[in-house]
Amino acid sequence: MSDWYRNFANSGFGTTVTKQLGLPRPAVLRRYEPGQPLLPGPAVIGSAGEGRLRESLTALLHAEGVHGQSPVTADGATDGEKPAAVILDATGLRTPADLASAHDFLSPAVKRLRATGRVLILADPPSEADSPAQAAARQALDGLVRSIGKELLNGSTANLLYVPEGAEGSIASPVKFFLSGRSAYVDGQVVTLSPADFPTDEDDDKPLAGKVAVVTGAARGIGAAIARVMARDGAHVVAVDIPGAGDKLAEVANEIGGTAFQLDITASAAAERLIEHLRERHGGVDIVVHNAGITRDKLLVNMDAARWNSVMAVNLQAQLDITQALLDADGVLKPNARVVCVSSQSGIAGNRGQTNYAASKAGVIGMVRAWGPAFAERKATINAVAPGFIVTEMTAKMPLGTREVGSRLNSLQQGGLPVDVAETIAWLSQPGSGGVNGQTVRVCGQSLLGA
Amino acid sequence: MANSPKPETRKAAIVGGNRIPFARSNSTYAQASNQDMLTATLDGLVARFGLQGAQLGEVVAGAVLKHSRDFNLTRESVLGSKLSATTPAYDVQQACGTGLEAAILVANKIALGQIESGIAGGVDTTSDAPLAVGDDLRRVLISLNNAKTLQDRLKALARIRPGQLVPEIPRNAEPRTGLAMGDHAAITAKEWEISREDQDELTVRSHQNMAAAYDRGFFDDLVTPYLGLTRDQNLRPDSTVEKLATLKPVFGKGEGATMTAANSTPLTDGASAVLLASDEWAAEQGLPVLAHLIDAQTAAVDYVHGGEGLLMAPVYAMPVMLARNGLSLQDFDFYEIHEAFASTVLSTLKAWEDPAFCKGKLGLDAPLGSIDRSKLNVNGSSLAAGHPFAATGGRIVAQLAKTLHEAGPGKRGLISICAAGGQGVVAILES
Repeated sequence: MSDWYRNFANSGFGTTVTKQLGLPRPAVLRRYEPGQPLLPGPAVIGSAGEGRLRESLTALLHAEGVHGQSPVTADGATDGEKPAAVILDATGLRTPADLASAHDFLSPAVKRLRATGRVLILADPPSEADSPAQAAARQALDGLVRSIGKELLNGSTANLLYVPEGAEGSIASPVKFFLSGRSAYVDGQVVTLSPADFPTDEDDDKPLAGKVAVVTGAARGIGAAIARVMARDGAHVVAVDIPGAGDKLAEVANEIGGTAFQLDITASAAAERLIEHLRERHGGVDIVVHNAGITRDKLLVNMDAARWNSVMAVNLQAQLDITQALLDADGVLKPNARVVCVSSQSGIAGNRGQTNYAASKAGVIGMVRAWGPAFAERKATINAVAPGFIVTEMTAKMPLGTREVGSRLNSLQQGGLPVDVAETIAWLSQPGSGGVNGQTVRVCGQSLLGA
Repeated sequence: MANSPKPETRKAAIVGGNRIPFARSNSTYAQASNQDMLTATLDGLVARFGLQGAQLGEVVAGAVLKHSRDFNLTRESVLGSKLSATTPAYDVQQACGTGLEAAILVANKIALGQIESGIAGGVDTTSDAPLAVGDDLRRVLISLNNAKTLQDRLKALARIRPGQLVPEIPRNAEPRTGLAMGDHAAITAKEWEISREDQDELTVRSHQNMAAAYDRGFFDDLVTPYLGLTRDQNLRPDSTVEKLATLKPVFGKGEGATMTAANSTPLTDGASAVLLASDEWAAEQGLPVLAHLIDAQTAAVDYVHGGEGLLMAPVYAMPVMLARNGLSLQDFDFYEIHEAFASTVLSTLKAWEDPAFCKGKLGLDAPLGSIDRSKLNVNGSSLAAGHPFAATGGRIVAQLAKTLHEAGPGKRGLISICAAGGQGVVAILES
């Protein structure tokens, strides 16, 4: 499913036309491919106040082979090519006045940012500020990053990472994610780390090597993409879907060297059977991706109980039941386990005709937030990913106008791909991502809906 | 015999199985060839057990109705599958006994230590069936092919007559008697005085058992959908004795005819496969062992001149196998008796209960006796699923192995399959 408009806008003639008419000009995003360098160019790192992350950021980039560039000087002088990333260490912020130095650094640097570039700001969370002024300064970054995201062109993104005291050792995985092509469609997002130490020592190309990952709803669409990315990153994937989708499921499993497990996750014995299967065949599980979901759209006033109940059963109750059963089953959920639940933009912004779906997907966000501390106790994490407009077989069936408008209502002016959702889930599944817990990360190109 | 030392052997493990839903003839799978269906079935098994690129000891399968181009059907299916291309394969054919015989062959090689793993399977299509030209036309075409000059070719062509153009269609009939298998079964049913009611009752139970098994997810790891079909097309969960009683008999003649389209299996398309291995291989792969194949026996009867029923051979095979294993017919937790026709199952059971028959024909001092009917075909059999000839054995082996595994360790199951040509195959599985 190619984006005909994006292709046109990036052609020679299309560039002229779209520029003159002031039409949106969606860029070809920088997506991850194995072996790809972290960034296609140098990175420039600046500070606002006396930051404490600058050294580790520099070391991290150096280890990834990224050339560290000096900030643009007052007279406009730079040391060479345009940066592919602009990184601000704002952990030294004390008052809103300090934000002026953030502006001084970002303004000329972002101006020089190359296409498909990355802006990443790291700061302490407002909730842990010493004073209202410090909290204000830290919270100000939220509005700053979201606005930068909306101003950036050419497929560039801006994101904010809150790093509390004690979480310094966990920044590698999220920093690498936000700079790399893995986060192509993640824009305008704020992620808060937990104070814990999760150094990244996994192989960059096979970060999930040796892991067993369950992916529900894996027969097609986003689920199949998740299974493929998980397998690419080294995991053995147990692909789960309803028995009726078993043929497509087998195709996916065979393509990625995984295994197919036909299971109706809403069946009464579903959790028990999944656990028995994981115990018998794999001795447990490292990663669980609750992706299976259904829609049964109708306006609330016309919605019958069957539509309501079936959506709740698949999208929310099954996630709760299976996760609880995994927690209760002795030794099945491995230490450092990762659970990632698929929510939706509808769960954040609501959607006409989707009261049931939006309720179930909002429920998922509440569920991961509430479960976070219990998972942290066993050095595990549970997070959600909320996809925005993702181009799938389902969206292909939408009327052209609705589809075109829907796909452009975001800062990147295009729909995301299933692989974009999959990359974010695979990142949250990495051993080094232990600092991210109880959170919901949107994969929506900074959608205007619910932002 | 008693003194000869038993060779060092091990029991072959049944790891699991896969099949596609069975379709009624000339329906959903009408355009699918045997090779298509067998390949899809192998790929489903590969996906279930993570065998992508694996080199197995051997794949053994067959089809009863086979195109001449399918001379290497199983090997070609392996080459088209996700298994390693270095997995050897061969075809077997023993009519409806093909699937079980294939499993026995693989199990025996595993038992002897010749291979560590293997797949046994079977496939049949009655839709994409081979048509043959008659012998007269065939001879003309061969001489046409051999002709060197235009004159010779024209001479050969001139020998073609309109009557030769009618193809030979494969028939579900015995070549030596010209009778359809159902007509043979009807003779046996009459001989053993099998009532219409008993046949219909057995049929309904088969449908209900299989529908219940589907509903509780029993087939979730035994069946993979194919071409849009997710359950066996022949399955009628709402089947009742009253409804079946309204059907007209299709086999047998006159007043005593009892065999209908419902209590006989319809022509069916489908394929099945079973993964067998040594315990060691299964453990290395992290794969479960559902059951072991303990023993097997074949027998044949002279249905042409000997006065025995065409489908009665399993009756003869059974006491031989039981005696060898020191078991009685009652020493089993589950029985899988292939429902070619409801009357076949009932005739078989009646024969084992009959003192005169057991003494006179089987040479036994006492009859084998009756079985607990609640242990018979507990998850449905061929009357419900349908019966793609060579695929039935694989369906039954995998289904029984799973049933035994669910019941716990040390459970014993018995398989009995009748086959065309007056043959029968029986086997013992144990969890």
